[in-house]
Order: sequence, then C-alpha cells, then structure tokens
Amino acid sequence: MAVQVKEREHQDVETEQLMSGCEAIAEAIRLADVDVMAAYPIRPYDGVMQAAAKLIANGKMDVEYIVADGEHSQFEIVKHACAVGSRVFVGSSGVGWFYAFEAIAVTAGLRLPVVAICGNRALDDPGAFGTEHNDSLAVRDLGWLLPWAETAQEAMDLALMAWRVGEDKRVSLPVAIGLDGAFLTHSQQIVKIPTQAAVNKFLPKFDLGDRLLHPDNPITIAPQVDQDWLMEIRMQNDQAMRKAHDVISEAHAHFKELFGRGGDSPFLDEYMTDDAEYVVFGQGTLALPMKVAIRRLRKEGHKVGLVRLKWFRPFPTQEIVKSLSRFKAVGVIDRDYSFGSPYYGGVLYNEVRSALYSLDKRPTIVGFIAGLGGREIEQPMATDIFEKTKAAAGDIKSGDTCHWIGVRS
Amino acid sequence: MAVETHGTGTLPQIKGVKDVPYDELFVSGHRTCQGCESALVMRHMVKASGPRTIVLGSTGCMYVANTTYYTTPWVVPWMHTQLGASGSAALGTAAGLKVLMRKGKIKEEKINVIAFCGDGGGADMGLGAISATLTHKDYNCLVLLYDNESYANTDIQLSSQTPYGAVTTFSPSGSKKRLMHTRWKKNVPGMLAAGHPESRYIAAGCAAYAVDLMNKIRKALQLGGPTFVHTLDPCPKGWDYHPQYSQELGHLAVECGIWPLYEVIDGVCNLTGPTRQIAEGRKKRKPVYEYLKRQGRFAHFAEEDVEHFQHEVDKMWTEWLIPGVIPFTVAAKDQTILKIDKKPLHEQKTA
Ligand SMILES: Cc1ncc(C[n+]2csc(CCOP(=O)(O)OP(=O)(O)O)c2C)c(N)n1
Ligand code: SF4
Ligand SMILES: [Mg+2]
Repeated sequence: MAVQVKEREHQDVETEQLMSGCEAIAEAIRLADVDVMAAYPIRPYDGVMQAAAKLIANGKMDVEYIVADGEHSQFEIVKHACAVGSRVFVGSSGVGWFYAFEAIAVTAGLRLPVVAICGNRALDDPGAFGTEHNDSLAVRDLGWLLPWAETAQEAMDLALMAWRVGEDKRVSLPVAIGLDGAFLTHSQQIVKIPTQAAVNKFLPKFDLGDRLLHPDNPITIAPQVDQDWLMEIRMQNDQAMRKAHDVISEAHAHFKELFGRGGDSPFLDEYMTDDAEYVVFGQGTLALPMKVAIRRLRKEGHKVGLVRLKWFRPFPTQEIVKSLSRFKAVGVIDRDYSFGSPYYGGVLYNEVRSALYSLDKRPTIVGFIAGLGGREIEQPMATDIFEKTKAAAGDIKSGDTCHWIGVRS
Repeated sequence: MAVETHGTGTLPQIKGVKDVPYDELFVSGHRTCQGCESALVMRHMVKASGPRTIVLGSTGCMYVANTTYYTTPWVVPWMHTQLGASGSAALGTAAGLKVLMRKGKIKEEKINVIAFCGDGGGADMGLGAISATLTHKDYNCLVLLYDNESYANTDIQLSSQTPYGAVTTFSPSGSKKRLMHTRWKKNVPGMLAAGHPESRYIAAGCAAYAVDLMNKIRKALQLGGPTFVHTLDPCPKGWDYHPQYSQELGHLAVECGIWPLYEVIDGVCNLTGPTRQIAEGRKKRKPVYEYLKRQGRFAHFAEEDVEHFQHEVDKMWTEWLIPGVIPFTVAAKDQTILKIDKKPLHEQKTA
C-alpha cells in the first residue's frame, strides 16, 4: 500500500500538503507529542501506523512505538501506559476492533483518556472489508466519545480535539475517531498542517492528577467495588459524558480561534439547509455524494439539504432537536445495521427518532441503509433517498420504515 | 507504618532469613483463604522488590480476594489488568515510564514494574502476550505467574496447569469416568526460557522456599529487561487439604521432583534448592505418592493412576534433555555428535 508522507522541512510554519486521512492522523500524533502508541496490522486503519512509523524512523517524532501481538494486547498496552501518565494513541478496524473489545470496555470504565481511531470496516464474513460503521458503533454504550470525520483535514483536527477533550479532567474518557475505510483513510486531500506553537497553545500537557499510578502516589486502581459502589461510579461516568458536551463546545471555539476552521457548530455540519424542506442526516464520508446530489436536485428546484453528525457520542440531542424540527421530513442514512431493532432500522435512525420523540411538532423520520461493506453511494441512489424522504413527509407513520438502498432484488 | 523511601537502584541478594527486609508492602486487608500460598507469594514479591514498585494484577484470586474497596492490602501502587493481559500490562507500564523519563516528564529513577497473573491468566489466556513481552528487551518488567493449578477464583476449574487426573469442578470423578482430566501439565517456564533467548531471567520458584523465591524476584528485577518467574502455590481450597499443610505440600512438590526449582540467567540454566541436591544425587527423590495422597483432588486415584503419574515424573528426570526444564530427548544417533551424556545427572562427571 502506498502511504507516502512527503518529507517536509522542520520549520514551524503552517503548510499545506496532499495527504490521506491516515497520514493526517499521523501528523496529529506528531503535533500532540504522543508518548506511547501500539500497532497491529489490519486494513484500513493501519495506514496511520505505517505513516507514523516513517515519521519515527526519520526522526520527526519521539514515541514509544510498540508492535503488539494482537489487538487485545495493543489496547491493553496503551491503557496501562496511559495510567502512568503517558499520552497515547492506538487504533484498529473491523474484526481487529472486536478482538480488542475487552480492553476497549475497561478503558472507558477506568476513565483513561486513550485516543484511538477506528478505520471503519465491515466485520469480515461472509467476506467484506470495505467501510461500515458497526465496528465503532459497537462501543457506543460504554463511555467512549465517538466523533466521525468527513475529510482528511477534519480527521487531523478531530484528533487534536480528541486529546484536548478526552484528557480534560472534567471528562477523562477515551475517544475513538471514526474514519471511513478507503473513502477517507486512503483518499488524498489537501490538508493544512498547523504550527507546533499553535498546537501547543491548544493542547495542554496531559496530567492525570491524583489518579496517576506512581510510587509517589501509591493508589489502588480498580479495587472491587461491586454492588456497593458501582452505581455511584457509573453515574460519575455518565456525568463525565454529559460534561463532555460543553467541553467539546469550548474546545471547538478555541480551535476556531486558533486555526480558523471547524464550522459553526462543533456537533453538526449543515449543508444548504437554510430554506430546505427535506434533508438527509448521516455521518462520515457519505456526505460527499449527498452534497453532489443536493446541488443537482436544487437546480431542479427541490429544497433539499444535508445535516452531518460530527459527534455520535456524546449524542448532541438538543442540537439535533433544534435542527431537525425545522424540516418536513428527514431521511436518516445508516452505514450500519441493527438487526431486529425497532422498525428494523439502523443505529442512527433509532437514535434520532428517540431524540425527537417528545417534540409536539416533529418531522417524519424515515430510515435508509446504504453503502454497506464499502459500496459506493451513487447518484441514482442519492436521488432515490431524497425521493423517498419527500414522499414520507406529512405522514409521520410512513417513517416507521427502513429502506435498503441500491440493493439487487 | 514505616516504608523505606530509598530507591531500588540495587537489590542485593538476601543471605538468609535474618537478611529479609522488615517492611511489609502487602499488608492486612485481603481476604484470601487460610493457608493461601499465593497470598504469601504476593507478600514475598513486594518485600523483595521494595517500595519503588508498581504492581499490575490480572483477574483471579489475587485480585478478587485481595482488593476489596476501602481495604486494599497494597502499600505500593497497584492496578488491575484483564485476565489475559499481564504481559501487556507490564509492557505498557514499563514503556510509559521509560518514555516519560526520557522526555523529562517524570523524574528519572528506577521503578520496578511487576505484573502478576494466575495459571489461567498466564499459562492459558495470556500466554501469547507474555511471550511477546519477553521479546521486548528494551523494557524493564517482570511477569510473575502464581500457579495454584486451577482457575481458583471462579470455583476451581481445570487449567493447562492442573496436574494429570486432578479433580476440579470441570473434571469431577464419576462412575463412568474416573479421570476427566488427562492432559499433562504444560511446562511454562521451560517453554518460555527456550523460546525467548533475549530474556535475561526466567525462573521457577515456590514460596515454601521463601528466600530462594525472593532472591529470584530480585535477580529478575536487577538484571532487567523483560523477565519471568513462575511459582507453584499450594491452594487448600482447590487442592483439598487442611490449610496448615501448605508449606509442607510446597516442599513435597519439589522433593518428589514434580516441581523443579531452577533459573535461567542469560541463557544459563541453574538448578536451585533441593532440586539441585536431587540432581547431584545428594538427596533422594521422594515417590510422588507422598505428595498425591495428601490432597483430596487425587483421592480417586487408582494404583494405575499413581503409576502413570510416577512414570511421567520419572521421565522428567531420566529422559528430558535438561531434567524438569527441557522436555525432549535427543535421537540416539545424534547423542554422540551433540555430546549428550545419557547417564542420570548424579552419575555424570562434573567438569
Ligand atoms: C476474559 C475473562 N474471561 C473469564 C473471566 C472469569 N474469571 C475471573 S477470575 C478467573 C480465574 C482465573 O484463574 P487464574 O488466572 O488461574 O487465577 P486464580 O483465580 O486461580 O488465582 C476467571 C476465569 C474473566 N475475568 N475474564
Ligand atoms: S482458592 Fe486458593 S488461591 Fe484462591 S484464595 Fe483460596 S487458597 Fe488462595
Ligand atoms: Mg489459578
């Protein structure tokens, strides 16, 4: 696989480079002065580890780079490195992400701010490696913050945000950035690489405070609390997740001030929604073909738009309520599935419907399953999605349906 | 309580019981069974390593029975790790400390890193991660496997370390099958020593020989890099005997030749304690029956089971390339070229 990190002079000036989503994350690792990272091969996320390895080999950054014997070890290694105060990075994809699942679960339980990427990939059998969001989404209930990127630039920016927000003492939770396999991990775009000085302003030093595991602070981490204290502790995690919302907003504002990027809202990216009547809602790179379709349909007079979700956890419920209640109908596109769920819809579809349930006036919300296994969302499919969304308007019950898009009969 | 505050730049060998550090770093607060030998291993382990130590413990009795909230017995910093993650816990902690010291983010000093696991966590589930760790020679960490020969915490189920024929809750003795468990115990320290030539220290010990064990822990930490110590720990609950006999059973396991004590330092194998005396012919190996008859888990053994057990242990001493350590023999036609002396050890001439 051709990952090429173009050598650039080590001067502290903002530069622009053509790079893939994986390479952009590797640059973020360098800028964040990560201490420990652990790698294990699985496509497509491992492009990051390849790019990072080159940066290390060429002396561009100083990181303990451990090639682990499997994903479980990979995630355990960074979890423990984090507990002694290291800033860490890790990642995986698809079945590799699932191989690490135990470690992923306890990392959140321990409130250790590990930063990971999940290069979204289908779960193998019956034989598929293209993008699909069920890997990341499997951890949605565990206390991981889950942002999703659309572009390589956003991947880098979200990574810097991830350490800032995850390591913030009010939050102290792990973050896993969703990157669509191939469409983002391995597609090149122009990326602005910020200066080290600006990143240092944005990203304070990692400080675990009195939770640091060190002989000078001889604490016992994860004693048996059992039924006696577990609920109180789970509730603290819940409070941390709630606080993450405002911490993200705060970091987003600071990021915009320093780097001039990030859009109006930290949580939602709206495209041509000012006068829109029908919108689609989704996350990741599917926004790109949908934007093309919107421009085309608008020429034909359709008032259509897109709302892209940037953080799935914490789920920005109020922002979503405020945004989506303006429209007649919303088509939620899931690049995932949740077999046997309400109305046989995707994960995002049911989350959005749940968020809007108590509104007096709510749009029809109809579900779409599209682009599984890395299938491209082509323009006829996009048109189909908008047509079905429009047809569902006015009849709230017609949203109790989930359409599979672009499937052979 | 008084805790030494000096660093552990050097950990000298302990000359005898009187030379053992007075300070206790694993204190009251735990609730292991009476006579729990694994708890004694924990105590000796941190006594030997001193206060500038971080301990990581995988799930099992030494986690569940040891770290009840509010009553931790650990004076040193301690953190839980997952059942199969002791190797990774050791590695991640050691890597974290190393890079933070290199970058000047924490004070430069020697901090001992010890990750422990049970036989289930270490010999079964976590073996791969321990093996990986033993190849990362740039990190200083010790993995200690405390072997009570079962998944004890979950109610005594058989593991790859449960001895041949023993009754566990997964291998009861019934009217149709007298023996449910017929696999021979996996040779963990021997396999790890053979397979990880860059690990500077791998040893087998037993808390019944406390000074020997503490010295093994110290040597492992002193030599540095990734190291491994495996202890055999009598467990009254799992082995079914009165708690007052734990030490005695530890002695018997070694004296019957079932659990050889040794260390491999920089690739050189060195028998220790009674194991050395047996090998030198200064001490007679006791029949395994002496050991088996003291434990309820072997109470169902018929004569042929005892014979099989004895036969396999005899093979460890008469046929293995290195008695109790390296399990294969060399083909007859190759013994001359490889200069293998097939006489029992005590009849061989020492150089
Ligand atoms: C991944 C996983 N599987 C199973 C368990 C259940 N479990 C908890 S403790 C334990 C026993 C571990 O046995 P061992 O490592 O020998 O330690 P011991 O309890 O004997 O001290 C098991 C199986 C677990 N905690 N994690
Ligand atoms: S079951 Fe065995 S290992 Fe566990 S606490 Fe009791 S004696 Fe110790
Ligand atoms: Mg055990």
